[in-house]
Amino acid sequence: MSSTDLGAAAKPAVPSAAGGRGGAAGIPFTTIIVWALLLSAPIWLPLIGGYTALASRVVVMGLVAMALNFLLGFTGQMSFGHAAYFGLGAYGAGLTLRYVANSTGLAMIDGILLGGVLGTILGALICKRRGVYFAMITIAFGQIFYYIAYSWDGLTGGFDGLRGFTRQPIGIGPLVIDIQNNGTLFYYFVLAVFALATGIMALLLRSPFGRTLLAIRENERRARFLGIAVDRHIWLSFSIACFFASTAGALFALLNNFADPTSMHYTLSGIIVIMVVMGGMRTFWGPLIGAAIYVVLQDYISSITVNWMSFIGLLFVLVVMFFPRGLLGMIKARSAQ
Amino acid sequence: MTMLEARRVTKTFGSLVAVNDISISVAPGELRAVIGPNGAGKTTFFNMITGFFPPTRGEIVLQGQDITRTSAQQRVKLGMARTFQITEIFPELTVRENVRIAVEAADGFSLRVFASRADHARLAADIDAVLAMTDLSGKADRLVGELSHGDQRAAEIAMALALKPRVLLLDEPTAGMGEQETFQVAGLIRRLHKDSRYTIMLVEHDMRVVFNLADRITVLAEGQMLADGTPAEIADNPAVQAAYLGEAH
Repeated sequence: MSSTDLGAAAKPAVPSAAGGRGGAAGIPFTTIIVWALLLSAPIWLPLIGGYTALASRVVVMGLVAMALNFLLGFTGQMSFGHAAYFGLGAYGAGLTLRYVANSTGLAMIDGILLGGVLGTILGALICKRRGVYFAMITIAFGQIFYYIAYSWDGLTGGFDGLRGFTRQPIGIGPLVIDIQNNGTLFYYFVLAVFALATGIMALLLRSPFGRTLLAIRENERRARFLGIAVDRHIWLSFSIACFFASTAGALFALLNNFADPTSMHYTLSGIIVIMVVMGGMRTFWGPLIGAAIYVVLQDYISSITVNWMSFIGLLFVLVVMFFPRGLLGMIKARSAQ
Repeated sequence: MTMLEARRVTKTFGSLVAVNDISISVAPGELRAVIGPNGAGKTTFFNMITGFFPPTRGEIVLQGQDITRTSAQQRVKLGMARTFQITEIFPELTVRENVRIAVEAADGFSLRVFASRADHARLAADIDAVLAMTDLSGKADRLVGELSHGDQRAAEIAMALALKPRVLLLDEPTAGMGEQETFQVAGLIRRLHKDSRYTIMLVEHDMRVVFNLADRITVLAEGQMLADGTPAEIADNPAVQAAYLGEAH
């Protein structure tokens, strides 16, 4: 990476590297637009031929992509096995509803903990390696979970996936929010979880801890000789990325009332990476945009042709060739000039 | 009383003896230069001092404490800060952010999410002080990647100073620089030495820089210690002259 090229290309006095920060008014322009679109989606989406469950899927996949980007874009470490923690979140939520209790809240907590805690334990081993070795170990651990889910028929339903559970209405005191039958209410439930998760990520990235992660991404050797405990920071970043990936996974299980082994397979891990790169991995919201493009294209094109993946592949190649910073990264660089 | 000591340090890479049985002792407040022709083992020696890799034999001692097996990261906590031959900075961040990362690392903030108003004020004061010391106050909000080589080096030294070191270790601080920039960086090092009484050890290729700056000079050649003394003693040393003339300088 040539430092002078990048320095010359990114002219703004206020560095946008930290993503969520920047605007003089405090809240960046991109953040306002993203939230305006997300909050009003159930109104405008049907007008252009969409449906609310599609919006829910975009937000869920956006969350797992943003979770990966915490590690990939803001810490500089590549995981090709992040679907595993997404899938663990899904199974954690599904198994809880199926076998333990009819509680959406408990399902969420179990899903988040299952993926997050296992990710944290394995992360302690993974963060000892760098580069391609780091990526390979993440794939290997990911595939272990895939085969466990695939083989443990009695518990997980094996290849056919885990069925026989449905998300439950949420009761807050006397108030009951029926996210079970009302898709729009469920969308706002997903959006509330998304808001909390992305809010925490933004807070972390703007903190001294987040700045230290950027430092490791930019120059690991320099960071080490500043006395920064690099391995520990990468471990924490990995752990955070796993907790939010499993949060998305738990939401995914609630969305579909279903969890299956392919949600842990490295194919999905690769797709999550594609979403991040396509949207822009140095930007905070880029992965959400990448996820939106992927999910919407999949929805429309797969109804026309079974070869929809080749269209996604073509688009990915075009984006990487002509917008190497991803779509949002490109827009930001343009507007900064 | 010595600040930094190497005791009979040897480093071998396979059958190659890169550094052979070298001992030096640096006093508090001293500016020590280590020089030598290419392949003399300067950088290898320097890397053992800074904890980049451990010596094969021998000990490194900082203020009486054996740090031979202490990690680079831990040595920073004990008061050693280094710069690199090829400037190691965060080019996509501003000068102030570069220094901020170092200040926060030194103050134990790198794992923290929240900082109080008092903390912020203290960190900002530390950052400003370091920027002033290195003449970078006017360039604080520029991206480091856009600065001249001399200013980039100053920024790297600023990051090292932000760690509040007792010993400052500079690996070829004027490497690859023109006349003007060499002069600028040498001036900065002299000021840090004279005004702030840092103990400084530097490895250098440029002889003019060394003879004007150093209190004492250690000369290495082919992994061995050739001479050790004041600049005047070194200039008069026939072995040193032979080594340098022999290299067709």
